[in-house]
Amino acid sequence: MTSKLDSKIPEGNLEQKWTKYRSTVPLVNPANKRSLEVLIIGSGLAGASAAASLAELGYKVKVFCFQDSARRAHSIAAQGGINAAKNYQNDGDSTYRLFYDTIKGGDYRAREANVYRLAEVSANIIDQCVASGVPFAREYGGLLSNRSFGGTQVQRTFYAAGQTGQQLLLGAYSGLQRQVGMGNVKMYARHEMLEVVTIDGVCRGIIARDLTTGNLERHFGHAVLLCTGGYGNVFYLSTNAMGSNVTAAWKAHKKGAMMANPCFTQIHPTCIPVSGDHQSKLTLMSESLRNDGRIWVPAKKEDAVALRENRIKPNDIKEEDRDYYLERRYPAFGNLVPRDVASRAAKERCDAGFGVNKTGEAVFLDFAFNTIRYGNMEATKKGMHNPTQDQIVEMGRAVVKEKYGNLFDMYQQITGVNPYEQPMMIYPAVHYTMGGLWVDYNLMTNIPGLYALGEANFSEHGANRLGASALMQGLADGYFVIPYTIGAYLNKEIMTKAIPTDHEAFVAAENKVKGTIDQLMGIKGTKSVDYFHKRLGLIMWNKCGMARSSEELTKAISDIQTLRKEFWSDVRVPGDANEMNSELEKAVRVADFLELGELMCKDALTRNESCGGHFREEYQTEEGEAMRDDENYKYVAAWEYFEGNTWELHKEDLVYENIKIAQRSYK
Amino acid sequence: MNWVTKMFSSSLGQKFIMALTGLFLCTFLVIHMIGNLQLFKSDFGLAFNTYAVFMTTFPLIKVVSYLLYASVLFHAFKGFMLIAKNRKARPVKYAVQDGAANSHWTSRNMGILGTIILLFIVVHMKNFWYEYKFGHDVGYTAYIQDIHKDTLVSQAMEPTYTQVKKIEEVNYSNESGQYHVTIVKDLYKEVAVEFKEWWLVALYVLCMFAVAFHLYHGFQSAFQTFGINHSKFNGLIKFIGIWFFSVIIPASFAAMPLFFFFK
Amino acid sequence: MEKNLNLSLKVWRQKNAKDKGQFETYKVNDISTDMSFLEMFDVLNERLIVDGKEPIAFDHDCREGICGMCSMFINGRPHGPKQGVTTCQLHMRSFNDGDTIVVEPWRASPFPVIKDLVVDRSAFDRIISAGGFISINTGNAQDANSLPIPKDDADESFAAASCIGCGACVAACKNASAMLFVSAKVSQLALLPQGQPERKQRVMEMVAQMDSEGFGSCTNTGACSAECPKEISLTHIARMNRDYISAELSSTK
Repeated sequence: MTSKLDSKIPEGNLEQKWTKYRSTVPLVNPANKRSLEVLIIGSGLAGASAAASLAELGYKVKVFCFQDSARRAHSIAAQGGINAAKNYQNDGDSTYRLFYDTIKGGDYRAREANVYRLAEVSANIIDQCVASGVPFAREYGGLLSNRSFGGTQVQRTFYAAGQTGQQLLLGAYSGLQRQVGMGNVKMYARHEMLEVVTIDGVCRGIIARDLTTGNLERHFGHAVLLCTGGYGNVFYLSTNAMGSNVTAAWKAHKKGAMMANPCFTQIHPTCIPVSGDHQSKLTLMSESLRNDGRIWVPAKKEDAVALRENRIKPNDIKEEDRDYYLERRYPAFGNLVPRDVASRAAKERCDAGFGVNKTGEAVFLDFAFNTIRYGNMEATKKGMHNPTQDQIVEMGRAVVKEKYGNLFDMYQQITGVNPYEQPMMIYPAVHYTMGGLWVDYNLMTNIPGLYALGEANFSEHGANRLGASALMQGLADGYFVIPYTIGAYLNKEIMTKAIPTDHEAFVAAENKVKGTIDQLMGIKGTKSVDYFHKRLGLIMWNKCGMARSSEELTKAISDIQTLRKEFWSDVRVPGDANEMNSELEKAVRVADFLELGELMCKDALTRNESCGGHFREEYQTEEGEAMRDDENYKYVAAWEYFEGNTWELHKEDLVYENIKIAQRSYK
Repeated sequence: MNWVTKMFSSSLGQKFIMALTGLFLCTFLVIHMIGNLQLFKSDFGLAFNTYAVFMTTFPLIKVVSYLLYASVLFHAFKGFMLIAKNRKARPVKYAVQDGAANSHWTSRNMGILGTIILLFIVVHMKNFWYEYKFGHDVGYTAYIQDIHKDTLVSQAMEPTYTQVKKIEEVNYSNESGQYHVTIVKDLYKEVAVEFKEWWLVALYVLCMFAVAFHLYHGFQSAFQTFGINHSKFNGLIKFIGIWFFSVIIPASFAAMPLFFFFK
Repeated sequence: MEKNLNLSLKVWRQKNAKDKGQFETYKVNDISTDMSFLEMFDVLNERLIVDGKEPIAFDHDCREGICGMCSMFINGRPHGPKQGVTTCQLHMRSFNDGDTIVVEPWRASPFPVIKDLVVDRSAFDRIISAGGFISINTGNAQDANSLPIPKDDADESFAAASCIGCGACVAACKNASAMLFVSAKVSQLALLPQGQPERKQRVMEMVAQMDSEGFGSCTNTGACSAECPKEISLTHIARMNRDYISAELSSTK
């Protein structure tokens, strides 16, 4: 362990670490809280819940988001659900089992203590959300309903149709807006954080740009919380929102905060395939669909070719000529294997020439089998003894519609194909980044006073995140972790008076931002920002995507360096800096992606093993399964930035005292 | 601000007033129509004229009628205020707005329809209400009924008759039988005369279309404003709103001028 | 099946809040029917940038119909001609070759134009701040299953809660009324037992804030619900009307 990385994990046995720590962490008295200012960047699940909770405690809070309202943050798009170890289904769930599933799902690259804490508070999240008016799905008896997600064998996922993220975010948002109304939170919508201000190595504030007027603003804070989400948009095409970006985290990184495991990206197996060059983003089809959809490709290559050429329809292929490859390869988990496994299996089939769609890059997700099953169940319920096939299908479709109606509508809207009649076509797409800013047990980065919450940090998901765990982490961090752990730092800050923003550190930080903006505006080149972003995306997807190799990664690094030079000499940012200018916003973000991409490749190149979302072609078993190297790589790779895009690697060893490390198997 | 003013000055409170006065006017229409059906009787207007007297003299009805005038004025006044306020809520208009794609045109034109109806009410009140109450053109007619046979024996204008009351009734008998004489202000005659003017008939019929369209939306809308929107009862409200208030009532009213014009 | 379209776009351009603004016409060719409406704007903007002109500013973020940020008034209708979709989910297969498409920003005095097609919808946030919440501090909650809620009520509440706050209801309404938005939140919380303690106060505060923002009043045209991308029902407005009157009559405030 390098001295720069102190994870501050409390002593004691796993089950008691958090309870004990929580009760002993120093407190800040209410009168002092009123003079302590906390800046929160981002208003998603982590940001909104942290803002509401901290404001309730009495801190002075400012919240910044680049969207026009806090309610737009991309947490809103999460579909499937949120995990919690409630064991309402009496199917053997427990805090330990959720902890175990998460560590195993993450391929043994996450901290035990953090994950256990997450599993512990998961139950409180559901209570909190229900109390704040989140309308979760319910059974007829009036109690909460659950479903299964990939990588688990219990039903612990709470959901609200296919809009769970929306409901949770609106719940947290309403708590935030309540505090705004009470004057405890000041909201800065359409504001983007562009620099962290540090004084003597301690975080003291930020520089933000008002996206409506272009004005640069200085804000002082005793603590700054980055709740800015992930950086999946480095791939250009991803399931992230168009505006999702790494800029806030990257500015922190360049100020000294370490970036941990940046190459751990999650490729989600069930997205709507790319339709053409115009594609601006990819749309996820919730993992919950894998509860009832069976994934297959044709077993014969000629059928796959015929499908691509539109000569036959999927339903023409006979049952015995279909290859349900997940059920074949992983009989124990079948279609519910974790995301990384499902994605790689799809890629394997498509690379082998069995892919469908005109591009050959898609597999089927078929609901026919379960439609019939549900239809028969309905017939039994209604006491119909000889239902016709049409009646069974009709009743079955009604059940499927009730469960997934909005997803099916969305699929039809985007593709123009009716998924009730034809199987869906899906393909993996970039979805989530497990990597992020390095944080200790308190969620503080290695810069004192600077925190990272939710997807923006690296902490809980290891090398692969299980479905329905992102919402859990975001809310855990915001509602139940930071309100306690921030005290450990702020109790020492009570004597720090608000630093006037004409302090030279603020002036210097603002000048730096202004310099970057002026430079971008001044290039007046010939290519749009998107042109560079798309090219970066292609490099990342082809060379640092679902499968990586030393050779390709090395090439990617030099390609990105070349592209970066080209960007800084030929990008064109029209308009003015002192007005609303979406091209300038994009340019600032893409400039950061062009640096991050290089670090991701470097991290991937250094990690000579395959684990979770990181798959190195050189390190696989004969059956094509990932081959981990626990002896040499059981660590968190934390990268320290140095001027001129050079990095130094720091390693935080991962210690497993409660879990026996094993080869991950879902067979 | 006390709670009553606060409530009724809120956008919802104002809507509530619109709905309340609107529905009250609807009930008036029902009474007015039923009363006016007596115009179709072949009794030279005896029943109608008696009814007119009752309507203008019975104390309870008088109170209600003042409430009615107030409702008309208030409904119109509030309506105009709301229109002005709603226009202010969109100072820059759309270049293209496809209202037909998302709403019924009656619902988008309540102001215009209401204005037509208001003008109609003015004309209508001038023609009949004012004339009847304050005018000098409405004369008296004496009706003589045979009490035993229950038939109308004769009716004749009484141009020289002057009295304070609108109606005077006496019984007398002679060798041929017992009779009941009613001398009453003859509004019926006034109606019959007025509706020989083709343009007035046309105006009345056209205005009844405005009433039909106004009520097509208005009646159902009032229930929504009161918060009565329930799948079990919506069908009934819609049925009454469409068939009774926007077909039967305006059609009956329109039939009256046409009846006299073609009589 | 996919084909290509040539279209003429009439787009509202306005440099900033103070500018008067005007329409500009652009020709776009070879637009694939598989593109989304916003991807068509991307193509146009890419061309404008390369030609040295200013691209058209428009709000958008998730592009999967849930964040509520996109907001275009297309051919006289918010979010364009299709029922139940947002602009980002509107695909070009809904248009025909040779069409002229008129694109305007939301128009309402509480939604001032910031630039081109971008408007300021912070009025909605202020309405939520006025009462669109349940006042419960973090950590106070009882066990989630200690409060059974009838499935039908939970489903109805969810249907109201699916509002994405895009403002299409205001944009569609001839009076620029925000009743559907406000009622969706009032109704969501009124249907849940957790929402009862503040039920009266909530509806009064939210209506007061809605009025003070300068939205028009509801005339029950139903345009809001017909154009709502989440197809939120008018029954929620009815529930709010009921709640408001009874709250005003029965509350002690």
